[in-house]
Amino acid sequence: MQIRPILAALRKHRLATFLISMEIALACAVLCNACFLIVNRVQQIDIHSGVDEGALAAIKLTGFDDDRGVDLNARVLNGLAKIQGVQSVSVISAVPFSGSPNNAGITTDAEGKQFTGVVNFYSGGPGSFKALDLQLTAGRAPQEGDYQPVIHFVPDDAQVWITQSLADHAWPGVDPLGKEFWVGKPHFRVAGVVAHLARPSPGEGGPSTIDWSVFVPSQPGAHFAGTYLLRASPAQLPRVLRDARAAIAKIAPDAVLDTTASQSVASLRESFFQQDRTMASILLGVIAAMLLITALGIVGLASFWVAQRRRQIGIRRAIGATRADILRYFQTENFLIVSFGIALGMLLAYALNLLLMTHYELPRLPLAYLPIGALALWGLGQLAVLGPALRAAAVPPVVATRSV
Amino acid sequence: MFGYYLDLALRSLKRNKVLTALMVLAIAVGIGASMTTLTVMHLLSGDPVPTRSGTLFYPQVDPNPYSDGPSLPYDMMDYRSAVDLWSAHRADRQALIAHGQVKLTAPQVNLPPLMAKVLSTTSEFFPMFDVPFRYGRGWSAQDDASRARVAVISSDLNNRLFNGADSVGRTLRLKNSDVRIIGVLDAWRPSPQFYDVAGGRFAEGQTGDFYGRPEDVFMPFSSSSDINPAGFNFFTCWSMPKSGGTLQTSPCVWMTLWVQLGSAAKVRSYRQFVADYAAQQKSLGRFARADNTQLRSLMEWLDFNRVVPSDVRLQMWMAFAFLLICLFNTVGLLLAKFLRRAGEIGVRRALGASRAAVLAQCLFEAGLIGLLGGFGGLLLTLLGLWLVRRQPVAYADLVHLDTAMFLLTFALAIATSLLAGLLPALRASRMPPGLQLKIT
Repeated sequence: MQIRPILAALRKHRLATFLISMEIALACAVLCNACFLIVNRVQQIDIHSGVDEGALAAIKLTGFDDDRGVDLNARVLNGLAKIQGVQSVSVISAVPFSGSPNNAGITTDAEGKQFTGVVNFYSGGPGSFKALDLQLTAGRAPQEGDYQPVIHFVPDDAQVWITQSLADHAWPGVDPLGKEFWVGKPHFRVAGVVAHLARPSPGEGGPSTIDWSVFVPSQPGAHFAGTYLLRASPAQLPRVLRDARAAIAKIAPDAVLDTTASQSVASLRESFFQQDRTMASILLGVIAAMLLITALGIVGLASFWVAQRRRQIGIRRAIGATRADILRYFQTENFLIVSFGIALGMLLAYALNLLLMTHYELPRLPLAYLPIGALALWGLGQLAVLGPALRAAAVPPVVATRSV
Repeated sequence: MFGYYLDLALRSLKRNKVLTALMVLAIAVGIGASMTTLTVMHLLSGDPVPTRSGTLFYPQVDPNPYSDGPSLPYDMMDYRSAVDLWSAHRADRQALIAHGQVKLTAPQVNLPPLMAKVLSTTSEFFPMFDVPFRYGRGWSAQDDASRARVAVISSDLNNRLFNGADSVGRTLRLKNSDVRIIGVLDAWRPSPQFYDVAGGRFAEGQTGDFYGRPEDVFMPFSSSSDINPAGFNFFTCWSMPKSGGTLQTSPCVWMTLWVQLGSAAKVRSYRQFVADYAAQQKSLGRFARADNTQLRSLMEWLDFNRVVPSDVRLQMWMAFAFLLICLFNTVGLLLAKFLRRAGEIGVRRALGASRAAVLAQCLFEAGLIGLLGGFGGLLLTLLGLWLVRRQPVAYADLVHLDTAMFLLTFALAIATSLLAGLLPALRASRMPPGLQLKIT
């Protein structure tokens, strides 16, 4: 295929060529970054909570008198355990995605100088570690003696279980077992590491810290009451939860059931990521509309050029060019225009990513997105130009003999 | 002239219906996306107290006795600093605010107890923020001082408990105490809830909940701390609070103060007052830093806390990038269309039409496309806003198209199409007439 005549023809239509290339460049920049944003959102939605979501539900009570905590725990643990199908009931401070975090900054020295980060503390009563089904990767499971009364917001001197990602952050490359950390006075020693345990809501520090949790075995009491973890088989969980919510009215008439927080962990997760799902689908919609508009623009312009060059096409056909030659001419022309656009678009994509990075704490755009965006636009261009190009190829040689 | 151009434009648009539809569609989709996001942005970044936001200020001090380094003061204040600044009464008006919740039952109303959000504040809250009442009134400074058991309730709560009837004089049971309702608010929906945005900059852009509904119960801070001393939320603590201690004496920040300052001179002198207070507290050994004070205006405070959800901003930028793509698309198509009519334009020029006339005719045609695109864009904007209203976000019920945004839809559509038409029209009007006549 001769490229020189195509370039010569395009030089005649510099402005139109430039415009369509710019459109493709912008589309390329938006496409790469929007895809990257979508992948980011989907990764957030797909995080491992580390708990057996399908089998767990939370019951949250508020409004009871402060001195009734011990009594309330006894009544609820007893009452809910009687519901048919309940495998276990335990006291817990919060569950993943429930949105009531217990955040505190930790230091790896007693003087409070070596600041590690803001982490979430889960207090869990006897039975909760097993009910959550946390995957132990190092150390041992909590034993009876580990459950201590809550003095401040957690026990004051406790054996704790931390997540792998927190261990990697606090003590990179070192065995975290037996390591100590502090929150002011209260002191903690790592007795085990679990694969994952997502915090109840994203904390300071962005999505990378979603897994910075500490599990503290705690003895239920006056300062640790009101939120309960129910475990049942996934098939029975909806009924168990319904029964449990109904039973609370009789078991604890002095308390108020927090209906939005008293849900299965699966539905808490669902509403927790609602925003991200919406955003991902909006981005998908923008990409689809943008590609459609770009394709229509190519179709429109190519159709015009075909109509404008009918006579020239006829002449070329009359002096021996085949239909395939004409078809290929328009396809190559489109390929060249789209290529100009993509070259510019990659720079724009990069610039747009830099802009997004400063405003939205996004990571750098991986280079792999650029060729994918380029391929998509080349494909789109070829698809869009096919119709007009076929029409051009169908121009009969006899057109050359007619004056328009 | 107008009628003639309109006729020419309509003929030209009719000649290639597919292309016309393409251009109108591109503009409609671009305008629809941009106006949907712009309307949401306009609603979320508006002024929550339009009558007097310029006179409202938010003082901050740094009560952390260990504070060093360049950190900003906490978003809230400790009890002592807030009450000291408030009781000095140096501003035109001032109100303390603490947030919390309490178990609420209404005697003689057959509803289960509910957890109500409580705003504990002082008497000048209502006049300072221009809060409208449907029934009754707010409380007086005397009520603050005498720890009166009175409350003002929101119109939402009044609807839920009393079906919207005048409930002034009725009793609510808050935890274990009775309080008398003295006022019911009118539909009051400051967006954002500016007095509740502390900590927004730590929210990772997920600030949609700042646009929720106001609290259910408003009551004097003094009475609230008598009735439900453990029912306040704290913002953060600089060291571990003593077990069983009260928030009043804790090393925690949990109260805010708003002041109204009517003139620049008053702002200056209040700024000085806050700085002097910090210096005095430092000399008493309670503060570590006297220089770490702030007095932001309401709008500055909203900006500082980045209250507009980051997703909404992102959507708006996406929509404008999309509109730009649509613009390029339209320029390309109009260019092809006008240049293809070179012969016709050549005849008009040869018959005496000036360049300006050709330019005007081309622009008229572009503007007509914009107008049609504007109608399409309006429909798509209404569809887009309907979709936003169906989202589970706190601001969903606020979203509507106001007159300004309605007019802007058409202005933007016509401006876009004229901008798109300008270059092709200039090209068309510059074509030498003779050459075109010769070729055809």
